[in-house]
Amino acid sequence: MQSFDYATPKSAEEVATLLAGKNGEAQILAGGTDLLVQLREGRRQAKLVIDIKNIPELTQVTFDPQNGLRIGAAASCFQICSDPNVRQHYPGLVDAVRLIGGVQIQNRASVGGNLCNASPAADSIPALIVHEAVCHITGSNETRTLPVEEFCMAPGKNAMRPGEFLTSIGVPVPQGNFGASYLRFIPRSEMDIAVVGAGASVVLNAEGKQFVSARIALGAVAPTPLLASDAGAFLAGKAVTRENVREAAHRAQAIAQPITDLRGTAEHRRHLCAVLVERAVGKAIERAGGQYAQ
Amino acid sequence: MATLDKPSEYKVIGTSPLRHDGVDKVTGRAAYGADIRLPGMLYGAVLRSPHAHARIISMDTSEAEKLHGVHAVITAKDFPDLESRIVELGEGLVNRKYQSNNILARDKVLYFGHAVAAVAATSLHIAKEALDLIRVEYEALDPVMDVRKAMEAGSPILLDDLRTDEFGKKGETPTNIAGHYKDACGDIEKGFKEAKFIVEREFVTKMVHQGYIEPQNATAQYNPDGQVAIWCSTQGAFGVREQVAEILEIPISNIRVIPMEIGGGFGGKIGVYLEPLAALLSRKSGYRPVKLTMDRSEVLAATGPTSGSYIKVKMGADANGKITAAEALLIYEAGAYPGSPVGAGMGVIFAPYRIENGVIEGYDVVVNKPRTAAYRAPGGTNAAFAAETVMDELAEKLGMDPIEFRLLNGAQEGDRRVDGSAYKRIGYLETLEAAKESAHYKTPLSGPHTGRGVASGFWFNYGGKSSASVSVNKDGTVSLLEGSVDIGGTRTSLAMQLAETLGIPAEDVRPVVADTDSIGYTEGTYGSRTTFATGWAVYETARDLIEKLKERAAILWEVEKDKVTFESGVFSSGDKTLTFKELAEKLDETGGPVVASAAVQPKGYGPGFATHIVDVEVDPETGKVQILRYTAVQDVGKAIYPVYVESQIQGGVAQGIGWALNEEYLYDEQGRLLNTSLLDYRMPVALDLPMIDTILVEVANPGHPYGVRGVGEVPIVPPPAAIANAIYRAIGVRMTELPMSPARVVEALIHKP
Repeated sequence: MQSFDYATPKSAEEVATLLAGKNGEAQILAGGTDLLVQLREGRRQAKLVIDIKNIPELTQVTFDPQNGLRIGAAASCFQICSDPNVRQHYPGLVDAVRLIGGVQIQNRASVGGNLCNASPAADSIPALIVHEAVCHITGSNETRTLPVEEFCMAPGKNAMRPGEFLTSIGVPVPQGNFGASYLRFIPRSEMDIAVVGAGASVVLNAEGKQFVSARIALGAVAPTPLLASDAGAFLAGKAVTRENVREAAHRAQAIAQPITDLRGTAEHRRHLCAVLVERAVGKAIERAGGQYAQ
Repeated sequence: MATLDKPSEYKVIGTSPLRHDGVDKVTGRAAYGADIRLPGMLYGAVLRSPHAHARIISMDTSEAEKLHGVHAVITAKDFPDLESRIVELGEGLVNRKYQSNNILARDKVLYFGHAVAAVAATSLHIAKEALDLIRVEYEALDPVMDVRKAMEAGSPILLDDLRTDEFGKKGETPTNIAGHYKDACGDIEKGFKEAKFIVEREFVTKMVHQGYIEPQNATAQYNPDGQVAIWCSTQGAFGVREQVAEILEIPISNIRVIPMEIGGGFGGKIGVYLEPLAALLSRKSGYRPVKLTMDRSEVLAATGPTSGSYIKVKMGADANGKITAAEALLIYEAGAYPGSPVGAGMGVIFAPYRIENGVIEGYDVVVNKPRTAAYRAPGGTNAAFAAETVMDELAEKLGMDPIEFRLLNGAQEGDRRVDGSAYKRIGYLETLEAAKESAHYKTPLSGPHTGRGVASGFWFNYGGKSSASVSVNKDGTVSLLEGSVDIGGTRTSLAMQLAETLGIPAEDVRPVVADTDSIGYTEGTYGSRTTFATGWAVYETARDLIEKLKERAAILWEVEKDKVTFESGVFSSGDKTLTFKELAEKLDETGGPVVASAAVQPKGYGPGFATHIVDVEVDPETGKVQILRYTAVQDVGKAIYPVYVESQIQGGVAQGIGWALNEEYLYDEQGRLLNTSLLDYRMPVALDLPMIDTILVEVANPGHPYGVRGVGEVPIVPPPAAIANAIYRAIGVRMTELPMSPARVVEALIHKP
């Protein structure tokens, strides 16, 4: 492992200044559960490591009924999952964040880091996508906002330009009869990386018998997590039936481009897409207070 | 845990005293190899091949040697260039040239991760930096990753000098087939003619690793006088001494091996990897101590896993359910150098049954994967997976309960295996009866996609050479020195046999695992031999000690020695009595200290049999198999420490479940190992396993004073077969390839006939 400088800025402005001076050779440190491993194994290089855990606005989780949830980029998984507002309004996110690592990892790892690491198999990303989350990004001159589904570019690569960093993730307040869920498939019960991940959110009509809208997202079946727009759009206005959900699952499966690697085969992954989407949508319907028409 | 209730004739054996090494281990004070810190110690690192098969054209270590902080760089040129010679090293015969080349490649690298050079430096960081400065030029060759391809004419050859050992005769042409073996009995054709039902199937299993938690490590201190001390994690200190002596061509008397606590071995820590490197690096760096430790990726890529295999089994049974013929072909991966456990697999495959007409053929084949090492009943699990699946299918065709079918054909005293060896008193039928009567088997299983499977297993067990010595302390306690590394609680199981014989509490024995200069020769902890053979040595030592103490009592009482008797810890003559402790206090009055020792090589080891029952639930959409309930029934001889016996069984089953469901070596097309971490080499985690219930059947081994049989290995033999049979009952597909991973289960369901 090469040696590097270490900085502990106290404000986002300071982070921007430090980043601007390093021309892409600095790395942001939050929980470090990805970064430290990657540095040690030589998979990522850094001349400067910027620890953002001392910046209050980057470590907070706040909620207000108008603007929704704001997750500081360095807020830990444990902090997010134990927030009563998150537990009440964002069930898909809770499903996903609870799966990230064991208890010790949950206390360090951040959802912001999970997002920035841009792994195709990241558990939090499909869940953020179905909750319509956005990334708040700060650079030296400007700030910008990007939907989560547009944030990942390739395995390990995100849409941020040199000098930019993630400050927070914004998630709107769900409307109406809302339910969401995230499921992943792993061969074991724990301590594994998703072979396939599937997130789903639905808004049902007042009777709980019709989809007002739906969002479906997939993980680990393409170079980046995918928003299955067509599958979600298909459900809008349709009756809550198993057949409709199966059709949506097949539409989601159709956009998957899985590969065979050490964690799973392309065939199995493609097969699992339909299985998991159907189950995830089913769970979301249940949470929205609906049920399949008999 | 359940045992058959009967009053115990013993005071110590069969109880559960506090284990002697318990406090050290739970407080973190127990010293492992990685804890060694010596003055002036250097840290070593090993350069490993990125190729699965390549010729080494040249190596340049000059830049690495110049790096500040580097004290020594070694390559195979620093090793003696050994001629081929077969020597007995650890568990089995080894060609010492191959073993040397496995530790440091000379002309060719034969697997991804094969060691090519080693460095000693003042810090691990510098040592690793130095590795990057070593220039190795390779000529990449086509890798041979599959045993059947390796056997084909025209396949790339791994070892130019390898010739097939064909039924004891050497072949003449270069080959990847190291050995071809055959056992037969009766008339196989006649046997199949008598059969009403015949089942024939092919099975494939993948290479799997023992998964011990503590990586290999070794620290060596070479002295200018030629003496070398080695601290390491090993199953057998004397085996390390022999191997280092052979490989470095130094006398065994110059080597002292100090076995540290061991964090698991399961057969994988019999052969050496780092010890000769540490010794040479120490010598070359001006006699500074050098410590080497592997990381997990090195352990997985470059130590010995066990063989993947191709097995074909054909069995026939007549209308009454009697097995009329059994035929098997076993082809095992040896890894880069000869020595797969195919012979053991041949012995295990039909061992539980009376086979009148049988043929078993086996091949030991080299492929570009790490040289295999022993793994808990080596070769047995692969073989039982094949045979026990076929047994299940035969039972199904016959319309018989799988346990009844096995009871009808089960081997007992006097029966012979296909290889001709005859059984003494064994407890296979007793395991079947106990399984049949178990609460598990009697409880109906219900629910969609659930199924119950049964399978049996056999393991030879072993005896071997062991030594022990004891001295009596003035307070009535006894110090026990023994040479068996304690992997599974053997300090206590040995101390208990000593205590039982001496009539004292187990807590009054202080067991110590000694180094090679401090105790008589003792083979490693393998072959389920320690509680049996070292237990024998301890028993003999105690008998000798009792005779010596009778002499002391005779002196005190001024009687002839033969007038002194000993029973249950009390010496007596007429109305005079002394407890063991009272006599110990009076030794100074009768001639001073008393010590005793014994060395043994007992032959009366008895094989172990097991029958397992498992319930599974299969998710037919994802292919995931959940183990709902597991019961392992085993003939354990006499359980010295029943809780440890149960732990051994549970550990074996846990590993067997991992092997069955998810563990496998995954290689890319170039033969590079992909899953070199415990994230991706998927051993079971706690949540994957149910409580594993055990039923201990105690059929005493007549070849041991306390009836001990080895217990540690046979429990890994039945699990994959039992689980495969349960999956069949759950979803109607016969799984013939391990691991039965979700992807394979889904694929099998899609292609379900």
